[in-house]
Amino acid sequence: MGFYNELIKGIWRENPVFRIVLGICPTLAVSTQVSNGLGMGLAATFVLLGSNVIISLLRKTIPDQIRIPAFIVVISTFVTVVDLFMAAYTPALHERLGIFIPLIVVNCIILGRAEAFASKATVWMSMADALGMGAGFTLALTIISSIRELLGAGTLFGIQVMPSAFSPAVIMILPPGAFLTIGILLGFFNYLSRRRPS
Amino acid sequence: MRELFKLTVVLTVICSLAATALALVYTITKEPIAYQQRLKMLRAIGAVQPDYDNEPDQEFVDITGSMPTGGSGAPARFYITKKGTTATGVVVVVSGVGYGGTIDVMLGLNPEGTITGIEVLRHSETPGLGAKITEEKFLQQFPSKNIKNTKWSLKKSGGDIDQISGATISPQAVVTAIQSGLTLFSDRRNEILPTN
Repeated sequence: MGFYNELIKGIWRENPVFRIVLGICPTLAVSTQVSNGLGMGLAATFVLLGSNVIISLLRKTIPDQIRIPAFIVVISTFVTVVDLFMAAYTPALHERLGIFIPLIVVNCIILGRAEAFASKATVWMSMADALGMGAGFTLALTIISSIRELLGAGTLFGIQVMPSAFSPAVIMILPPGAFLTIGILLGFFNYLSRRRPS
Repeated sequence: MRELFKLTVVLTVICSLAATALALVYTITKEPIAYQQRLKMLRAIGAVQPDYDNEPDQEFVDITGSMPTGGSGAPARFYITKKGTTATGVVVVVSGVGYGGTIDVMLGLNPEGTITGIEVLRHSETPGLGAKITEEKFLQQFPSKNIKNTKWSLKKSGGDIDQISGATISPQAVVTAIQSGLTLFSDRRNEILPTN
């Protein structure tokens, strides 16, 4: 298992959204526009990278009994850092993502990677794992939010792309649209992976 | 006992380091965040009442008592826009209760109490239906209306305001909010703009 392998696994083989089905709550909620999905993915990737590196560095220092509170402190610190920086430098995105930035703290992907990977692996490998998982999460969010924005509003990144005769299916940017999109994509990716056993 | 001591020390050290890091980031971002919030406020004020050269977010009059709909008892803050020393208008945030929660509307008025502009600051209405209250098509009908020359209800209830097909509650909430702001201004105009 080299660096490359750890990096690449999060994108497809162990994609957090499509294969492991983690972090579904923010995925459902913020994937109404591509810019939101991409922004959320990048914010989560930053937190994941920071927490994986720190937790991997401290893995021999943190006693087993208090590892969960220690991980949560590390993760929430990075989340607060992201929250403050986004409020300062990307206020529009910060306002649209709203409560879902602080909620990255309880995103199972982050704690999951800390517990399952970073607490047992070297810093270098944990970095690869974080980047791969972050990329997989960002990719999944981007795919889902492109579909929803395209069908639900006729735009991509807020720019009109569908012909004006296209009447947007508003349900796609409402909560049911999130379930429909994720359900169909999950089925599609399951079908693909069954045809191509890994 | 030694074990307990070790756990306490490790967790305390981790938390202190985290607190230090956060204090540092807070110090760095404090000013940019305050700046962004002020910018947002001024941008909204400029959108509804562009005719000023003062700093309206620094000059305001708080009116306590009859707060526009949805208020928490907090005073209504009227920002005064001025050109030189002459007041060119006031800007006030009013709110109404829509379908998905509170709708905050920024209302720009000239000194006579006629609307110069409307901006929806915050809402949680249904996308594609109630959320159309943020569209120019709906908002553009308000400028040059005032409390006297307009019947402040939707056309289907016999008023003068164009509604949005498929949504009643959201535009009605906006109308009610605006109306309460206009009423408050005309009732208390002497306190808000005492010089003219």
